[in-house]
This record gives sequence, C-alpha cells and structure tokens, in this order.
Amino acid sequence: MKNYETVFILNPVLSEDQAKDTVDKFVKVLTDGKADVINVEQWGLKKLAYPIQNKSTGFYNLIEFTADTQIIHTLETEYRRDESVMRFLTTALDKHAVEYNSRRRKGEFKKNKEKRAAKEELPA
Amino acid sequence: MTLMNEPIKRAEIKPKYCRFKKNGIKYIDYKDPDFLMKFVNEQGKILPRRLTGTSWKFQKRVSQAVKRARHLAILPYLGDSLK
Repeated sequence: MKNYETVFILNPVLSEDQAKDTVDKFVKVLTDGKADVINVEQWGLKKLAYPIQNKSTGFYNLIEFTADTQIIHTLETEYRRDESVMRFLTTALDKHAVEYNSRRRKGEFKKNKEKRAAKEELPA
Repeated sequence: MTLMNEPIKRAEIKPKYCRFKKNGIKYIDYKDPDFLMKFVNEQGKILPRRLTGTSWKFQKRVSQAVKRARHLAILPYLGDSLK
C-alpha cells in the first residue's frame, strides 16, 4: 500500500451536479479497488493558466488515498475514457508529503499564508 | 578612470542560503502557485540556483513541483509579465 494523491480538471461545460457525479464515479473506482479514500476536495471552477481544449476555466478536484499500485492503472484508464476530464495528475507521496497534506487538511496553511508570504522574500 | 579593478567590499555581499534548509521546509507543494511564483521569472522560467541560493537537493524538488503545476495549468508554460 502506498499513499497517492490525484488532481484532475473537469470540463467547465458540465453543471455543478454533473461535476459532482463524475467525482463520485472516480471515488467509486478507487473504493472498488480496495483503496482507502482519505480526502476528497473540490476547489470549484478555477481559471486556467493557459487554455486547454479552448477552455479558460475548469473544475479542479483532489483525491487523496492509499492503495495498491495496480489501481493507479485502472484509475488512469478511466480518466482517459472520460471525455469530461481535461487533465489529470497522480503522484505518489513520500513521508514529508503525507505530513504536509495532513497539516493542509486541518487548514494550518490558510491562516499562515499571509504571514509566510511576508517572511520569505527572495534572498538577493 | 584608472584601469585598476575596483576593490570589492566583501562585507556588503550577503552570503546566499537555502531557504528550505533554513526554514525546515521538507515538501514543496505543486498546488500552491503563490509559493512557486518565487522560483520563476516573469516569463515563467525556473530561476537558477545561483540566483535563489537553493541547495541542489531542493532545486530538483522545486523544478519538479513547477513542472507538475504547469501540467495542471496552475502555472503557465510561458507567461508575459507574471509579476
């Protein structure tokens, strides 16, 4: 079992409900493959840094889970089959990333963000 | 003007340091565009180690994070006056 996280961008043409259903579909793919889903986050409609498929916005979604390695293959096949998925990225997490994510889930970084931004200026 | 080299005031040169080692940051999040913006120039190119002072270990992680962010359209592949 390894820790993973996956981010995918859904087509902005979908309605909010359709986007939610699609996310549930991928969560189901994971749970069917005996993966433990730790966290599901929907960041909502966000602006893209550059256009993908002539779209300038997209629904961002994040799923954190622990699973066996074979499931990644089935998950990514599902991503490729689904036309509403514009981009996806699955990464294995090391121990530092797991710790970081658990702190992120508690919302520690949102509060510190402004403080941290002021503190860490580029060394000349 | 003489052709003599100007003496370097060594006290004025601040030594560079690796911010990750100094602040104990162990993981660089590719989902955080504000933080990653510190490591790219106005065109969106990754800044070299000689400018940021980042150690080789973390420079590899910074560049990996920036590239992941670009794939997910969190950062642009090429930008125009980002800052």
